[in-house]
This record gives sequence, structure tokens and C-alpha cells, in this order.
Amino acid sequence: MVLKKSTKLILTTVLVALSLVLLFLLDEGIIGSSYTVRIVRLSFIYALIGVSMNLVNGFTGLFSLGQAGFMAIGAYTVGVLTIPVELRPNVYYLKPMAGWLVNVDVPFGVALLIGGLFAAIFAALIGAPVLRLKSDYLAIATLGFSEIIRAVIANDQLASITNGSLGLKSIPAFDNIFVPALICAGGIGIMALMINSTYGRAFKAIREDEIAAEAMGINLFKHKELSFAVSAFFAGIGGGLLAVHLTAVDSNQFKIMVTYEILLIIVLGGMGSITGTCIAAFAITAGKEWLRFFDADFFIGTWQVPFFRPGLRMVIFSLLLMAIVLFYRKGLMGTKEFSWDGIFTFFYKLKNKVMKIGKKQQKGGVPNEQ
Amino acid sequence: MDLTTFLQNCVTGISLGSAYALIAIGYTMVYGILRLINFAHGDIFMMAGYFTIFAISNFFMPWYIAIPFVILATVILGVAIEKAAYKPLRESPRMSIMISAIGVSFLLENLATYLFTGLPRSFPKLGFLQNVYQIGEISAPIVTFITPVITIVLLFVLIYLVNHTKMGMAMRAVSKDYEASRLMGIEINTIITTTFVIGSALAAIGAILYFSPRPLVYPFSGVMPGLKCFVAAVIGGIGSIPGAVIGGFAIGIAETFLVASFPSMTGYSDAFTFVLLIIMLVFRPTGLLGENITEKV
Repeated sequence: MVLKKSTKLILTTVLVALSLVLLFLLDEGIIGSSYTVRIVRLSFIYALIGVSMNLVNGFTGLFSLGQAGFMAIGAYTVGVLTIPVELRPNVYYLKPMAGWLVNVDVPFGVALLIGGLFAAIFAALIGAPVLRLKSDYLAIATLGFSEIIRAVIANDQLASITNGSLGLKSIPAFDNIFVPALICAGGIGIMALMINSTYGRAFKAIREDEIAAEAMGINLFKHKELSFAVSAFFAGIGGGLLAVHLTAVDSNQFKIMVTYEILLIIVLGGMGSITGTCIAAFAITAGKEWLRFFDADFFIGTWQVPFFRPGLRMVIFSLLLMAIVLFYRKGLMGTKEFSWDGIFTFFYKLKNKVMKIGKKQQKGGVPNEQ
Repeated sequence: MDLTTFLQNCVTGISLGSAYALIAIGYTMVYGILRLINFAHGDIFMMAGYFTIFAISNFFMPWYIAIPFVILATVILGVAIEKAAYKPLRESPRMSIMISAIGVSFLLENLATYLFTGLPRSFPKLGFLQNVYQIGEISAPIVTFITPVITIVLLFVLIYLVNHTKMGMAMRAVSKDYEASRLMGIEINTIITTTFVIGSALAAIGAILYFSPRPLVYPFSGVMPGLKCFVAAVIGGIGSIPGAVIGGFAIGIAETFLVASFPSMTGYSDAFTFVLLIIMLVFRPTGLLGENITEKV
């Protein structure tokens, strides 16, 4: 079923307007609580990071597990550059901040861009040796680099910049929900445009068959490096947003587990689907909060339900990841994208099915009545 | 660094290296046959640590019953993982089976946090193993001295198994050409199960030897040793058992000396392993003893 172009445009406009109104209502506190606002904000950030990881893993077919490290670079850059100057002595109380840095205070937007650029430059540098590797080696090497970044950040020798193992705090928080939401939407939009351009086609060609792609004249190294650096750039931006969202960063927040959680998001959404990743980011982030009751003691009357104690929630999420990989490998969307045609076709088919079942029941129902 | 400190570091390094070697063998064997990094191997190793704690601290088993029990439990875990998470994906793309391996690792870590809480638990004393023994001026627990011996013995047993038995011949055939060996009537699934049995048993022994001189086990204590041992397997040449042992020793000794000579670099000791991996992959991707494989179109 194919809709007219104008209908689609109207539907899209309505959807965007509706989301903006919803965000406005959330921001004004008319619907939801500040807790809901936090979850929505976090979902946006995870959607951005998820799409950035999908760009490399789902679209270019490179199994990279370095996202947590790039996020850490972005988060620390934003933290270091935006903590108000007068609060810095309180944050860096063990070892004072380096002299050349202590009065550097840049606006949030600039700091975010610098964070993204740092992550991208670092990715480009490590990309040169690492991207020559084949799938499994690449996974281990990127995982290793992500750990190296964490070790370097937490080390005492850099304490005058990163505050060592103490982490950073007092990062100014977001004023409203629109800033992170629009930055994330913009970032995802840029990546979507890239995926639909000639670059994106080259990425997909590399994913399908590296040797064939090379034979067709695609410069493998250039495109892999580009995909890797762009992915790191947006992961850095996502990390920076996360730092502002939490108002504090600590190198322990960027362990391998974070990369695994983002992997869960892109596997659930579908490797190679932007809209799938966004849907999954919202579902997983919200699910993680709503399932918090699994971690607390749970009583029905006076009977304590067994198994409910801290940690159960994450066990459920890891089982979910296993279940998707084993039984439903395409995830929610596979490599498809959300489209109005798709939605309408789905409902149209559903309607037909329901009607068929209805007819069958009518036919089958008559003899019984006799 | 005087001679005593040097020798003391040698002993510690060799002991750490031999524990790494045992785990690295598990990686290298699975990779040789399935072409899969068993991301869960480090976590199987961590579970073996917990099994030991339960066997000795909770069930009060003497060490000579506890050790076989731990090996058996770990083998069951390893084989169960293979059957549940890897076997259904034999024919799927590489990326799916890798995600499955990561999923198992994620699951085991979360399961350990859930079942045993995130708090570190102290590793029990295993009979005589922790008694301090002195040779000249070097003193260390007995386990430090016997670890390399056990590793070398197991290495020779394994080399014999792979080179001189029918099962070993089948294993070599499968790792050379999966499809052709299947056509030759080799039971692929039996071979893979055997590989996991050997790998998990060695991980269990490795866990006992690795954790004995160290006080604590926690749900993430398998992550770093796991990654390092994979690096060890790559350095030695993935697929090669003696290579994995050489890689394990190299990393264990290098790490110990790095920390001993430059105490300020302690925070970077994990990072150092990965720098080594990158250097190795850039200059000799097949490892020290690995064979060159060209990709066929």
C-alpha cells in the first residue's frame, strides 16, 4: 500500500509537532514528573549513542566495541571545560587543576563540539592500525582501547586535568529538555543523511562484501575510517550530554558494561535500522527504570516473593539480549526503517486477517448451531 | 633492583603467566575450531572462582574433593553455554555468534552479581597450597611454585592429546577445514563439546591457581584476565596451543616487571597489554607461532 507524498508529509509534520508538544508539556511539568523528564532525556541520549554505534556495527559491518571509551572522552571534555570556575577548587580538592586550564570556561555547546572532535580525532588515530583487522580482532582491539582510555583518565598522573579516580562533579545541568532532545535529533538526522548518501551506500557495500566492494572501486580504508570517526564523534557528543544529564562523571561509568548495554539497544532495534535503534533506546531506557521493582524486595501481603533482589533487573536484560540473538535475530526492525507505508500496510494486512478469521468463524459457527 | 627482588619478581611473573597460559589455551582451542572469540571464557573462569568458594567455604569440602568438584562444575557450565548459546547459531553470520558470546558474558556477570551480590568474597585457603615456602631468600606461597609445573605438565598432556590420539586428529582436521572434515564423517558436535570440556577444565584449574595467591573474587574479576588471556593467545598465534602458553608467560612476566620497575605505571598495567596487542597485530598478525591464512573469495 502506497500513500500519497502529501499525506506522508502531513503525517510526519503531525508526528513531529505532537512530539514537540509532548516535550513542552513534560518540560513545563504539566504531564509526568521530573523523573519522567530524566528518563526521556536519557532515552534521547542513548538513542544518539545507539545510532552512532549502529553506524559502525550495523551499517558498515565492523564489530567495534569501543563506544564507552569515546563516550568517556566526550563526557570528560565537557566536564572539564564547563564546571564553573569558582567551583573548581571544591571539585579538584586533592590535586589542584592545571594552571593553564583552571580559568578556561567555555559555553556548553562549544565544549560539546570539542568533546566530539576529540573523540573523533582519537578514533581516527587508532583507526589507522585497528581498522585493518578482521571482525573478532577488531572487537577485542576496540574493547582494549576503550579500557585504555578509562585507565588513562583514572590515573593519578592526569589528576590535574581529569581529577583522577575522584571523577568530576558540579557540571551545570540542562535548563530544559529541548536542548538535549534537539541535539540528539539533529545528530541522528545528520547520520541518517550520511547513511542515505553515497557514503552510506559504500558503507553498506563494505558490510555486505568487503572484497566485492573493493573490486567495485570503494576505498575500504577511507570509508571505514570515516564511519569510525563519525561514530566516535557522535558517541563523544552523547557522552558529553550524559555528563551534563548526570552533572557528574566518574571513569567507572564507562566500563565495558555500558558498551554491552548499547549493543543490546542496537540488537533489539535491528542492526542496520536507525528508527529501530531509536525505538529500542526508548524501550530499554524506560524499561530499565520501570523494572526497578525487580531489584527491591517484593511482598504480596506478608509473603515475600522469592528471587526479587538487587541484580535481577540486569539478569532479565541479559536474558533478553540472548533471546533476541537466538530466536529473533532481526530485532524489531531488521534492516528496515520506519515508514508510513509500512505502518499502513501492516494495519491493512491486520485488518484483512481479522476479517478472514471473522468470516471463517461465521462459516464454522453455522453448523454447530443446527 | 637487586638479585633477590629480581628473582622474586621472576617467580611471581612466571606463576601469573602460567595461570594466564591455562586460560589462553581455552581461547585458542575454541578459536581454532569455531573461529569465535569466546567472550564468556573469562566469566567461566570467574564462575570457577565462585565454585571454589562455595565448595570450600560453604560446603566445607576438603581440597582434594573440592578441586575435582570445581572442575566438574565448570565443565558442565562451559558445555551448557556451548549447547545453549553457540550451537543454535552454527550456520548464522559471524556477527550473531559474537553477539551471542558477548550476551553470555553479560549474562554471567549479571547473574554472578545477582546470585553472589556485587561484594567481593574472600577466596578460601586450599589445604597446603597457601603455606609460605622459602627457597633461599625468595618466599612465596607453595601455589606460586607449583603453578608453572602444573601448566607445563598439562601442556604436554594436551600436546600428546592433540597430536597422537584420534580425537586430537579430528580436532586438527576440524580446525583446518570445517566443511571437509564434516564430509569425512567427523562428528563436529562431539569435537566442539570436547574442546569446550578441555577449555573449561583448564579455566577451572587456572582459576584455582590464579585466585589462590589473591584474596578476592567479585563478579567482574574475570573480565580483565579474560581479555589479557585472549591477547596472550593472539600473541602466541591463535589456534596454536604452545603459542598460547608462550603468550601467557610473556604477558604475565612483562606485566609483573612493568609494575615492579615503574610503580607509578601500575594504573597502566592493563593498558600495556592492549598496546602489546596492537603492536603485535600491526607487525605480525598471525602471532609468534601462527600460520598465515589468506582469505579466499
